Amino acid sequence: MSAVEFLPLRTAMERHVQDGMTVALEGFTHLIPFAAGHELIRQRRRGLTLARMTPDLIYDQMIGMGCASKLVFSWGGNPGVGSLHRLRDAVEHQWPCPLALDEHSHAGMAVRYTAGAAGLPFGTLKGYTGTDLMTANKSHIATIACPFTGEPVTAVPALTPDVTILHAQQADREGNVLMRGIVGASREAASAAKALVVTVEEMVDQLDAPMNAFVIPAWRIAAVSVVPGGAYPSYALGHYPRDNAFYQAWDGISRDRDVFLAWMTTHVLKTSTHAEFLQRAGALA
Amino acid sequence: MTAYTADEMMTIAAARRLANGEVCFVGIGLPSAACNLARLTHAPDLVLIYESGTVGTRPTVLPLSIGDGELAETARTVIPLPEIFTHYLQRGRVDVGFLGGAQIDRFGNLNSTVIGAYDHPSVRLPGAGGAPEIAAHVRRLLIVMKQSARTFVDRLDFRTTAGFLDGGDARDRAGLRGGGPQAVITDLGELTPDPVTREFTLTAVFDGVTADAVRAACGWPLRVADRLAKTAPPSEIELRTLRALHERTREAHSHRVRLTLNR
Repeated sequence: MSAVEFLPLRTAMERHVQDGMTVALEGFTHLIPFAAGHELIRQRRRGLTLARMTPDLIYDQMIGMGCASKLVFSWGGNPGVGSLHRLRDAVEHQWPCPLALDEHSHAGMAVRYTAGAAGLPFGTLKGYTGTDLMTANKSHIATIACPFTGEPVTAVPALTPDVTILHAQQADREGNVLMRGIVGASREAASAAKALVVTVEEMVDQLDAPMNAFVIPAWRIAAVSVVPGGAYPSYALGHYPRDNAFYQAWDGISRDRDVFLAWMTTHVLKTSTHAEFLQRAGALA
Repeated sequence: MTAYTADEMMTIAAARRLANGEVCFVGIGLPSAACNLARLTHAPDLVLIYESGTVGTRPTVLPLSIGDGELAETARTVIPLPEIFTHYLQRGRVDVGFLGGAQIDRFGNLNSTVIGAYDHPSVRLPGAGGAPEIAAHVRRLLIVMKQSARTFVDRLDFRTTAGFLDGGDARDRAGLRGGGPQAVITDLGELTPDPVTREFTLTAVFDGVTADAVRAACGWPLRVADRLAKTAPPSEIELRTLRALHERTREAHSHRVRLTLNR
């Protein structure tokens, strides 16, 4: 058991994320840790293996800025809008660098995290049957027989990120963290990781969590950073809604390499904190 | 009769195929519109499950993403995503699923992964998401896709999701337990599978659409039923409810979000 540290976001990222690591910034549409992703872009991390069920805008940005050499994922679109253009450019034209894919279905990714969380070498599901994913990714998807009945089931290897990064609503002063609303596979990704770093909207004296709430005990967490607005343009239930208009606007920003680079330079590279980013993005009241 | 668009007819035809009380796994876009239209008209007790983990949700505006706050706040319960895919879908507790794709073949197999070769695609599409296991496990699958010879293809570039595979009993032999695709609803009409060969056959057309027009918008030699039905045009209430839903949604999504940070 090690003590959680309260760290400024920059220090937390410097200390826990190094080039070449496997990193999972999870959160299913909700509570996506954008501030942490932007900080990794500012620190110019390279050669990361990025895992996320839905890469979303944050991985589109990290891929376009050259942080990633591999993507582990199950659905790579801009939800309700269309393509992730930077992801497409990386796969179709190797820009700004080649990107290897370890591609799954949502059910398969969920099982991979669940196996990792349980300390098992692999997990099983009834999935992928009759699909070309089984041949396209045969090093990570296999059919095995149930040892008791002989029934065929699909196996996928455990996913154990070096670091999982989550965003949550609250931490108390001991560093226990409470997450409310849609959690996706965050619990499993948190438990599967070797180290867990959490950014939160606010620090409170008491979490006031219902008994069965999703609370991560402080001793499971390596570092907590207080970053208000840290999920924007994703959202934090009870704090601010998803900026659907920004998700729609991203389609235009990300389509062209130069427009994308100019936007990232202005909004991420030339800002030093998330609060500054929010101000420059016109997201503050 | 009020004028209506092909998109509206398609959404309404899809909504009509949902029965009150069914448990429905909902995807974003047209399926979400169709499911909520059904819930607001003939199927008030339709149970909507979105893969983000929201069970029994009753949104007043359509979500842009599969995990908008609106879905969580109007749900009976919000559970972890792995539980949605195992305890609900894989365990066989979902009646209906709704899917689309970039390409479909005559046996209802779908591609949402790549155009071209997997390793060197000319177009990289979003990928599988929940589709392969939704199609595997639901009792009946509905497919909604705009029809064109480019998307209704003789041969898929990549099979992301299994329909009836090579037709006949291929699906059963592969061990897929769900019932497979029961209808393909397009912007021109409705296709249903032949009971033996499982090849999709045109069985209904929308008002003003000819069988030849549907054949021309299909990349394989499309079979047409001897007795071709006509899909009933939208009723006033269907059209009014759908338009109001879209109007509320447009309004809700048109504003940028402004944060007030606690410090």
